[in-house]
Amino acid sequence: MEGAEIVRLNLRINGQPHEVDDVWEGESLLYVLRERLGLPGSKNACEQGECGSCSIYLDGQLVCACLVLAGQAEDREVVTVEGLGGSNDLHPVQEAFLEAGAVQCGFCTPGLIVAAHELLSRRPDPSESEIREALAGNLCRCTGYEKIIDAVSLAGRKMAGGST
Amino acid sequence: MSTHTTAPPKTRPPGTPETTGMDAPTKDGVGSSARRPDGVPKVTGDFAYSSDLWAEGMLWGATVRSPHPRARIVSIDISKALALPGVWAVLTHEDVPGRKTYGLELPDQPVLAWDQVRYEGEAVVIIAAEHPETARRAADRVTIVYEELDPITDPEAALEVGTDALHPGGNLVRHVPIRSGDQDATADVVVTGDYATRMQDQAFLGPESGLAVPDGEGGVDLYVATQWMHVDLGQLAGSLGLTEDRVRITLAGVGGAFGAREDLSMQIHCCMLALHTNRPVKMMYSREESFYGHVHRHPARMHYEHGATKAGDLVYVKAKIVLDGGAYASSSTAVVSNAACFAAGPYNVPNTTIDGYVAYTNNPPCGAMRGFGSVQVCFAYESQMDKLADALGMDPVDLRIRNAMTTGSRLPTGQKVEGPAPVKELLESIRAMPLPPATPAGPLDLTRYPGGVSNTTHGEGVRRGIGYGVGFKNIAYSEGFDDYSTARVKLWVSGGEPIVEVHTAAAEVGQGIVTVQMQIARTELGVDQVVVLPADTQVGSAGSTSASRQTSMTGGAVRRACIAVRMRVLQKVVGTLTDDPGDLSLNGGKIVSDSLGMTLDLAEVIGAGSFEETYEYHHRKTSPLDPETGQGDAHVAFAFSAHRAVCDVDLELGLVKVVELATAQDVGKAINPQAVEGQIEGGSAQGLGLAVMEEIQIKDGKIMNPSFTDYLIPTILDMPPMQIDIMELGDPDSEYGVKGVGEPPAISSTPAIVAALRDASGKPLARIPVRPDDFLDFISSGDD
Repeated sequence: MEGAEIVRLNLRINGQPHEVDDVWEGESLLYVLRERLGLPGSKNACEQGECGSCSIYLDGQLVCACLVLAGQAEDREVVTVEGLGGSNDLHPVQEAFLEAGAVQCGFCTPGLIVAAHELLSRRPDPSESEIREALAGNLCRCTGYEKIIDAVSLAGRKMAGGST
Repeated sequence: MSTHTTAPPKTRPPGTPETTGMDAPTKDGVGSSARRPDGVPKVTGDFAYSSDLWAEGMLWGATVRSPHPRARIVSIDISKALALPGVWAVLTHEDVPGRKTYGLELPDQPVLAWDQVRYEGEAVVIIAAEHPETARRAADRVTIVYEELDPITDPEAALEVGTDALHPGGNLVRHVPIRSGDQDATADVVVTGDYATRMQDQAFLGPESGLAVPDGEGGVDLYVATQWMHVDLGQLAGSLGLTEDRVRITLAGVGGAFGAREDLSMQIHCCMLALHTNRPVKMMYSREESFYGHVHRHPARMHYEHGATKAGDLVYVKAKIVLDGGAYASSSTAVVSNAACFAAGPYNVPNTTIDGYVAYTNNPPCGAMRGFGSVQVCFAYESQMDKLADALGMDPVDLRIRNAMTTGSRLPTGQKVEGPAPVKELLESIRAMPLPPATPAGPLDLTRYPGGVSNTTHGEGVRRGIGYGVGFKNIAYSEGFDDYSTARVKLWVSGGEPIVEVHTAAAEVGQGIVTVQMQIARTELGVDQVVVLPADTQVGSAGSTSASRQTSMTGGAVRRACIAVRMRVLQKVVGTLTDDPGDLSLNGGKIVSDSLGMTLDLAEVIGAGSFEETYEYHHRKTSPLDPETGQGDAHVAFAFSAHRAVCDVDLELGLVKVVELATAQDVGKAINPQAVEGQIEGGSAQGLGLAVMEEIQIKDGKIMNPSFTDYLIPTILDMPPMQIDIMELGDPDSEYGVKGVGEPPAISSTPAIVAALRDASGKPLARIPVRPDDFLDFISSGDD
């Protein structure tokens, strides 16, 4: 791009090192994940930090990837929804979303799964109010949230060792 | 947690044909909460939404939009944009190869504006560049000189004589008059009211997006998130100047729809850029652009007069409804028809005088959103019913039940309601449900109070209210439209196991129509393995994913195609097991003789061949409305729902908390009960949004809040627990007795919530969304 600063980026994503060339300095981490690295699981519903659909871990902290400049992720550790579990080894949070019927269009789902994963890592058995507070930054337009609350409770029980 | 009370079927669906395996449901068949096949890719992030698509050598498209709601275009200079390195195309109206306008019902909207713009955000120039930032910078270098004109932003003013016409035919898009009974009827008790609903956004999360790939021979493949590919195809091919066989549309992953994807957004633009550059082009709107890129729910102004006897029997309803259609027609003619047809509510009203109008203005175009004209009037007529109950000194639920429509009732259009109309039963169900405790139990939990964790109250100044609402609407398309869906079903054997392949063009937008198709095929053909092919235009039209119609229409087509396949398979074995094909059924991969108790292996019977059938399912014919009296059997079926809301209001601050929603809905037959609950919960949430927070704020034709920072949709903290009673009363006219599910919850939830807020505050609350100021005596709410 004419007159634009181009950088090379080194970072770890889902445990793997990545080197990304030709990154324009203005690109968000979300853009790099989705458009340069083939990791579209983090979604682009608002790109203003309002909807939580691009929720990821950056050095263990829950952040919106759309609000992080790609350059800020240099030498850092990123975990996306793709890093939590794949189709053959679903994470209990992913399994619980399916079982509870918490997925409709699914555009909010990856962000909600990462946010729920983060909640359950610090509160293994959250109350309904704690779930609501923790997920208040994740918009869903399809479900009315009822089944998402069910899913997070169910995931907590699954992770504690129970099957249901 | 919520308590879900699912009532057992209260009647059997009458008149539905017998179904193989219905007595002993097939695993994951009809009536089970089968899991959705796209669930795993959606939870792992692998599901390919329209904004996730990528192709080698792909360019990025961008749109230059009008900053003015009304202006003449003096000149367009694209030279500086074209000169920017990395820019491959900058196109204007001159580059539209075919028809320069498009539209769902009237082709009145320019693909790219040429002489004038009629709303803020209207597309004027499109760009393709190697990087989205390059495209954005090129957009900045396009110079468009406008001569600004005073926008017409008031729909009633737009209809006055002497107002400038925004379109050649004038500003009236459609007037729907309905007259029934005695036009001069008088009544003991009369209540009047003026009500307003404001512009709501569908706010799907997946932005408008898609990928167009040129085929190198002048044709194009488009992968896009939409609601009805075949109606896109007609408009797209027309404006591209191509025959329909040279444009192929495949449904990409759809991140929600709710009506906002019925109209075209980036489809023509993206294909123009791809054909011009001969490279794949991706377009993806930002959230801000999305607010300008699709139509919204019509704002409505409604004047009502209800007359009743002292005993509480409705004598007449007079209603004047004016919808703001915005700059282009979209589906306005059908929305206003719904608003007029359902203006009196699900009640027996012997005399009606109803006028629905929709006008062109310079506001953003309005069209389809979940509930489609029924939402606005339900708020008004239910507000009137509460006002009437108050005037009569009656309980508002008793008044509703006294006047409730039943099977055999007639609409103001004269149409007789043929199927179940359980208005009384729905209201009795929600009234009987337990109420939430008066105050939150346990330790202090701020999330349960108005104001939430802002810590504005611990209960001081908070008063509780309870409100009810009941509503209804039509299922599928109306007014004589030949509404149909096509399904192709193929049965063959692979690896020793029978497999069913289902192909339709039904758009899965999240609601679960793919799962429904699989469940129906499993049940009808007794086969576990069912594959639903990607929806595309290589099969006949499925009609729109809207009007709560896909489960009945495409579900019906799939069922009928499956039955045709089943007949052919069974014909093959007649004489082997039995001479009576009626004695045979398909279950668990076997052909079963019910009387002999003998089975044949289905895979062996099929052998190396295959059975394939295509079925086009049409619903019963409907009629147009008489243009002067509004009389006619315009609708095929009706769906009913009722809500009870419990709300707390902080009367000092005007903050509200919806504490609980209880609802009952007749879904005919729940093909997938978990998905039905999901529709009811999600629809109720959208109704909550319209009641208390969702409004596209417009000033002088300009949107003031095009972002999720300023346009608020309900969060998980706003949405309360729900109690749900799913009734399965069976529609006599549809396969399995199904009725549409998606829209009713978005209709009756809103008036119930506002009624509860009135009950708590004593305020009139005639305009939604309700704002904090509306509760406070010392502040004027200002406009309207």
